[in-house]
Amino acid sequence: MKVESKELPVEIMELQMGPSHPATHGTIKFNLKLEGEKVLDCDVEVGYLHRGFDKSCEQVTWTQVIPYTDRLNYASPLINNVGYALAVEKLIGVETPPRCQFIRVIASELSRIYDHLTCCGMSASELGAITVGFYMIEAREMIARIVEALTGARLTVTYARIGGVKHDLTPDFAEQIARTFKTIRKLLNDCDHLLSRNRIFIDRMSNVGVISQETALSYSLTGPILRATGVNYDVRKAFPYLVYDQLDFEVPLGSKGDNYDRFVCRIQEIEQSMRIVEQALEKLPVGPVWIDDPRFVLPEKEKVYNSIEGLMHHFKIIMEGIHVPPGETYFAVEGGNGELGFYIVSDGGGKPYRIRVRPPCFIAMGAFHEMIKGYMVADIVPTFGMVNMIGGECDR
Amino acid sequence: MSETSPNLQYIQEKLGEKVLETLVSQGDEIVILDRRGMRESFRFLKEDVKLAFDFLSDITAVDYWKKKEPRFEVVYQLLSLHGRRRLRVRIPVPENDPTVESLTPLWRGANFMEREVWDLFGIRFTDHPDLRRVLLYDEFQGHPLRKDYPVNLWQPRVPERKVEGTFVDERSRNKLLLLKQILGNKAQS
Repeated sequence: MKVESKELPVEIMELQMGPSHPATHGTIKFNLKLEGEKVLDCDVEVGYLHRGFDKSCEQVTWTQVIPYTDRLNYASPLINNVGYALAVEKLIGVETPPRCQFIRVIASELSRIYDHLTCCGMSASELGAITVGFYMIEAREMIARIVEALTGARLTVTYARIGGVKHDLTPDFAEQIARTFKTIRKLLNDCDHLLSRNRIFIDRMSNVGVISQETALSYSLTGPILRATGVNYDVRKAFPYLVYDQLDFEVPLGSKGDNYDRFVCRIQEIEQSMRIVEQALEKLPVGPVWIDDPRFVLPEKEKVYNSIEGLMHHFKIIMEGIHVPPGETYFAVEGGNGELGFYIVSDGGGKPYRIRVRPPCFIAMGAFHEMIKGYMVADIVPTFGMVNMIGGECDR
Repeated sequence: MSETSPNLQYIQEKLGEKVLETLVSQGDEIVILDRRGMRESFRFLKEDVKLAFDFLSDITAVDYWKKKEPRFEVVYQLLSLHGRRRLRVRIPVPENDPTVESLTPLWRGANFMEREVWDLFGIRFTDHPDLRRVLLYDEFQGHPLRKDYPVNLWQPRVPERKVEGTFVDERSRNKLLLLKQILGNKAQS
């Protein structure tokens, strides 16, 4: 018996996914070329959230840029604050007191946990594991409570200042952290039980969105995406800033460079971040949280209200802004999604001449077509989820 | 400010005339390169065994309008993953001919970053495979990060783009025709 099979004519379909798509949490558009359900090519259109971060920064004083940096990666605003403050301090040539540095490390790591929980929880719930999504959101909520107690805001924190942090830790901070981390560890353990042998989850994540080591390096990818391919590059280890060289932590690495490795890398990084926070709280020295330099630090309110010198000092800093010596510098910190760099040019005035942010997700979106080519349309959702594009940072 | 380091001396030695200046500022090593033959210079920086700046961290530009001649500077942040070193390369670009060579043959990731520089500064990259605007829309007039672009300038309204031939469009047009037909019949009766 002979079965005659006829080849069906295949027509290449162009499909526009986005800019407002329920599965892409972020305003972004994919122009897809499809053969059936297979993605032949993907052209990523970004910029829907472009609000002129660079241009806006040139209009305001150095200190007024800090609230703008909150809005970059709004899942980890504290890291942006700290990165910007460190870049300006590098240009000025000052170093903050040890207590401030420890507090900044704690703040950054809390933000990193928040970022990873957002990314992993959302990706899991998009793949149907909605329980995991809820558990991680619960853990994230606890971090948000701590951040709120520490800074007074949940998202737009504006915590770091040039030459210090807004104020010291709250009295019951260590207690709160200990309580929270205990619950987060329990929740993550539950999530691990829900996912690590979950056939649906593994089938959707494993061997999907694979990117090789060479390609990842060629596309300048950083963060969990690069580490999932096995490259050991973490800014905290490669170029230690703050007090990361005094703290003991590991850099989780993957091997295949697929979505599952990225997911595992992020989950393991949460544990490492919690270790860093605990160590930092243990080693936290006593002392001031501001540098002792009237050129950059606002006077105490008592002086402002009761003496003319204090008032003038306050007025000068607020109206003219702090004076940063002319020059340029580049400073990178490890953000939630990779190397978050600030390239700063000063012409000596009270306003920045140019501020450039190296946005890790924008660069990752430049390599997205490499990750998704040859896979199915449905694979876009987990791959995009694990890139963790944050519109505020990608489009600036 | 303008002291030098062994790495910079080595680069100066090997690249010769292409190096316009080397400096060290805030502990960062900076090389100012000539834009002629710059791709070859970058190839050297990338492939030389001693330097091995194999990772392109970032590309951006700075507009020194009325401050410096030539007006633009394209800034590259290079990184050596094994040597744990950074290097900043600056390339001066004049206003009357804002073009530099594209680095996409060396690093594919340069594609998006160069598109952004073109979008916001209007600096062209020769041999770039796909030099379109990336953050702004195609009809945008001017390049907003240039210092002579006023911060409060309004852009003209863009007419709605025609999306012809797509599935969604066809269907909605059919619906519209159907609707017209039904309404027309009703209106007549």
